[in-house]
Amino acid sequence: MSVVEKAPPAPAPAVVHRGPVTDEHGRRIRVWELVLRYVLLLFVLALTVGPFLWQLSTSLKGPTEDIFSSPPSFLPAHPTLHNYARVSDTIPVWDYALNSLKVATANVVTNCVGSALAGYALARLRYRGRRVATLVFILAMLVPAESIIIAQFTTMRELGLNNSLVGVVLPGSVGAMNVLLMRNAFLNLPFEIEEAAFVDGANVWQRFARIALPSVKGTLAVVAIFAFMFSWDDFLWPLIVLSDPSKFTLTIGLNYLHGTFANDERLVAAGTVIAVAPLMVLFACLQRYFFRGVGEGAVKG
Amino acid sequence: MATSTVSRVRRQLPTSPWLFAVPGLVVTGVFILYPFVSTVVNAFTDRRTLIPGRFVGLANFRELLHDDMFWIGLRNSALYVLGVVPALVLLPLLLALLVQKNIPGIAFFRSAFYTPVVASIVVVGLIWVWLLDERGLVNSLLETIGVGRVGFLSDQWLLLLSAMAVTVWKGLGYYMIIYLAALAHVPRELHEAAAVDGAGAVRRFLTVTVPALRSTMVLVAALSSVAAFKVFSEVYLMAGPTGGPAGEDTTLVMLVQRTGTGLTGRVGYASAISLVVFVVTVALMLLVLRADRREDA
Repeated sequence: MSVVEKAPPAPAPAVVHRGPVTDEHGRRIRVWELVLRYVLLLFVLALTVGPFLWQLSTSLKGPTEDIFSSPPSFLPAHPTLHNYARVSDTIPVWDYALNSLKVATANVVTNCVGSALAGYALARLRYRGRRVATLVFILAMLVPAESIIIAQFTTMRELGLNNSLVGVVLPGSVGAMNVLLMRNAFLNLPFEIEEAAFVDGANVWQRFARIALPSVKGTLAVVAIFAFMFSWDDFLWPLIVLSDPSKFTLTIGLNYLHGTFANDERLVAAGTVIAVAPLMVLFACLQRYFFRGVGEGAVKG
Repeated sequence: MATSTVSRVRRQLPTSPWLFAVPGLVVTGVFILYPFVSTVVNAFTDRRTLIPGRFVGLANFRELLHDDMFWIGLRNSALYVLGVVPALVLLPLLLALLVQKNIPGIAFFRSAFYTPVVASIVVVGLIWVWLLDERGLVNSLLETIGVGRVGFLSDQWLLLLSAMAVTVWKGLGYYMIIYLAALAHVPRELHEAAAVDGAGAVRRFLTVTVPALRSTMVLVAALSSVAAFKVFSEVYLMAGPTGGPAGEDTTLVMLVQRTGTGLTGRVGYASAISLVVFVVTVALMLLVLRADRREDA
């Protein structure tokens, strides 16, 4: 799905300077149409990004400022970080952030290693039972997590891993979809290169690590980013498996904050800003892979 | 050459292929397939979190038929599909058409429209709980323009509708990117031919764009209907863990979570509800994909 990667290209700067704006086929766009497009774009922008900015603005408003005013005041009169200090006095928000970071990092490592190895085994190695192994991952991908979540919980209890961060990580540690994504990536590599390496005496680990893996870095990056995002954002599973507030991740901690201090909007707003900021930074830096992942995931999903 | 190489690969390290696949297979087996089998088995027992179950036949399913909360959950999850899917098939397509042309600054808009996808559903849910609050921004604006305040989160139906709106809001950017990729494949000649024939923008959308994107629209319908039926977080956050004072906004997955977890959880009964979730989800997927095939024939 390289198409997705090409889909959002940067606007050609040359066109901007040369006067009339043209579309991707070099045809001129009429001025009224251009104006209409920007008006609509700004409208949608206000709808999609506005709520985040309102949350940020609320989190920066001091205790004396009226946050319920009508008409509303969009900017804080006296911006203050007071609410962020109050969040960490109310719930151990930095511990929760650290827990989320641990879970997300572990999830990235296990998914990258596990799905690259399994994907390579499915795509490149010949052995009895390979079709069955492929089928296992396809079936696993089709089972909705929500429909087995109670049994996953009892399984964790049987293993004595409920209420632990390991228990949060394990069920999604090698996502079936990631395995199949890696398999497709390996299948798309020309076999001849590896064949040449084999003739030169490289064994299977060497061919995997030195030749195949470096050629699928793009897909691996997609797997890593989606593993991070999925795990950082996940709610239902950690909500079920974690019961001890000291082990909460950020999403569960926020839910707890909301449930206990629901009427303190400034506090909840500051908490949500803390939870969303790292992902926004990650997205701003690595947009290309986020968009590419949508295309690859949709084809498989 | 190729076949002899392959057979030599096999002879060289007979155990390594399985070593490669083992981590993935173990995780998938222990945490996906075993729980699936155990869900099916548990559905026919009275197992509880701390009490091993006995086989009770179809008792759980008979209980489902008389459980008002189950029907409320099924109704709400089904309504969710009906409300969310048409919006998520159409709106992201319109959005993709809006950001398709490479006018200056368009990359910024595309990224900005995607930000709700990146944010956690918990963050998104709490943002909207505050926006739609009795004294929140939306009501302040409505009051300013003279409409008056609306109880988005206090009325049972308005709350469900608001939750659907949040789901659509969060999903817009994701499906927009899928459509954007598909739009790149629509041949320009078709649009030009239609334009020459005097078709306006709306007509070209209906006669050229929509037919060309039909399989993508089916894909979006399949993805979004499955996701919508399994809705949990939005409603959980907006209506509270019990789904409103009398549970009237409970969805099926909320019921699974409420029934089956904790130390007193009724694992057997929750597994029966989970099986319903599984069957309906698979049925939705097959239904949508079959509708596509029939149109092909």
